[in-house]
Amino acid sequence: MEGLTLTDISVRFGGLQALSEVSFAMDHGEIVGLIGPNGAGKTTVFNVITGVYRTSDGQASYNGRSILGLRPHQILALGIARTFQNIRLFQNMTALENVMVAQHCRSKAGVFGAVLRTRGQRQEEARIREKSLEALTFAGLGGFAQEIAANLPYGLQRRLEIARALASEPQTILLDEPAAGLNPSESLELMATIRRIAAAGVNVLMVEHDMKVVMGICQRIVVLDHGVKIAEGSPEQIQRHPQVIEAYLGNAN
Amino acid sequence: MTTPESRKGLLGLGLALGLFYLLLWPLLGIKAEGLFFADAFAVWWRVALPVVLCFLVYLLRDKPALLAVRRTGQRLGSSLSGLISALPRPLLAAIGLALALVFPFCTERYAQDVAINVLVYVCLGLGLNVVVGLAGLLDLGYIAFYGVGAYTYALLAVHFHLSFWLCLPIAASLAAVAGCIIGYPTLRMRGDYLAIVTLGFGEIVRIILNNWMSLTNGPNGILSVPPPDIFWPSFESGFSFEHIWLKKLIYLYFIILLLALATIVAVYRINNSRIGRALEAIREDETAAELMGVNTFLLKLLAYAMGAVFGGVAGTFFAARMRFVSPESFTFIESAMVLAMVVLGGMGSIPGVILGALALIALPEVFRGFELYRMLVFGGVMCLMMIFRPRGLWPAKRLGTRSEDRE
Repeated sequence: MEGLTLTDISVRFGGLQALSEVSFAMDHGEIVGLIGPNGAGKTTVFNVITGVYRTSDGQASYNGRSILGLRPHQILALGIARTFQNIRLFQNMTALENVMVAQHCRSKAGVFGAVLRTRGQRQEEARIREKSLEALTFAGLGGFAQEIAANLPYGLQRRLEIARALASEPQTILLDEPAAGLNPSESLELMATIRRIAAAGVNVLMVEHDMKVVMGICQRIVVLDHGVKIAEGSPEQIQRHPQVIEAYLGNAN
Repeated sequence: MTTPESRKGLLGLGLALGLFYLLLWPLLGIKAEGLFFADAFAVWWRVALPVVLCFLVYLLRDKPALLAVRRTGQRLGSSLSGLISALPRPLLAAIGLALALVFPFCTERYAQDVAINVLVYVCLGLGLNVVVGLAGLLDLGYIAFYGVGAYTYALLAVHFHLSFWLCLPIAASLAAVAGCIIGYPTLRMRGDYLAIVTLGFGEIVRIILNNWMSLTNGPNGILSVPPPDIFWPSFESGFSFEHIWLKKLIYLYFIILLLALATIVAVYRINNSRIGRALEAIREDETAAELMGVNTFLLKLLAYAMGAVFGGVAGTFFAARMRFVSPESFTFIESAMVLAMVVLGGMGSIPGVILGALALIALPEVFRGFELYRMLVFGGVMCLMMIFRPRGLWPAKRLGTRSEDRE
């Protein structure tokens, strides 16, 4: 078993069945799309993987290790990073600082190291800064390192979210509607960025409503409707899948 | 003169003056013998006249004669602030340090006493700044750690004759433990609930100190706490170390200056480390911070512990300096005072907290000349500060480069 594997995941909130027995797996280097109408449970899947929600039933494992019951910061340390549907940057921190926070789990200097400015701490800080600048440059934000996150235009805030997730040196990255609110040319840039991420050997799992983006870059697509997986396959297969068409457009009868 | 704007201003002024009389009159006019209006009026017009004059100047502000005065004022102000910001940070710090070092040699007892007070509150303010300014956890019971530090030193020194310098780390660790104990159950709470619970914990510590007669001697406090001591090399009759009690105010001043400087350096470095960034991330968005790999539980606990350490150190010095501790020194109003310094100075900003401590401790002393109206003037100055500097006297630097980013 390699990569991220979900087996029969169920999540219930009181009487609401948010997910029922959803299973899928990801191999390394893949770009997988997760689509479905509003309320289908796409973000719930992300919250299960990143440890925000507890599952009622099922198994989730990463690189053969169960990730259920781990806290979100432990899951990030294992190599699964995510972005948010509604941007959640650290508003009053600079772009660079935002990205540097993500390096927290890859560094270990403590309070005493910080107060005494030990050699190890200084070297670590330099390394954090270097890696963070690298991540910013990768996302095309090299020139905005010292800008306050809240002052960045919307499109750049979206990119900063991706840069922040990448700075945690993940093997798998979950993108929650990365193209939401982007104009067509920004969407194209985003697609190029996602391809570069995948080319660097990072798995991408993406929730997205913009079908041009999803069909354009995903190698495999998983479709959810009302918490149930209704289809899985290549973009061409999904586009022709009767149940998918029904979920999106309604039954002709 | 009769633009709608000025008419609106005039109306506001009239309303404010009327309201002022309405507030003043019950205090001065309602007596056992009946109702009097003249007393309140006598006070009222003395305030009203300067206010009306100020308003007239404000109305005429765009007249050419006044405009020239304003321009020069503005030019002076901007060139002064330009001069200050042009000076490099280290030079500013060096000037401040030099002033602090020279200060006790050209002032008398009273000023030194106030300065010591200010420095104690600088330590407290910076400690609370880690919790409130950095991590964004509103702590209304911070003074409890000050109390833990003070009582630790007082008890250890009186009963076990331990030295001040040995007690410093002990008190700091005990305060950190207290910080964790108080912090642990409150970590699930946010915002208002957290504030209420910390308020309760602060009071619990004070009440324990007040009622644990066998240990703390209750409300009577602990008397004759020894001052700090050192072993000073002496060359009379051969080489030996002389044991000296540092009772003099000037020695105490230098000890607290040392402690305050250590606090400033420590807080500055924590601020600019991975721990500081993680705490700031928690303040900005706790859920996102957790998802970005910050162990929020551990770091919030750490924030409490670090804040408590600085409070404990300040408390140790307080006990050694007053030579007496009692629960009265650790009431809620002290917590509120320290919090006010942090907010007034600018949350998360080190020079801001220092200025805040200076403003809240030294200003009331400066206004002693106003005697009975001292607190009124003080309140007025506070209002003005919050109107003109709503983000604090020296807001934390957020825009553009940070000091460390210029390398």
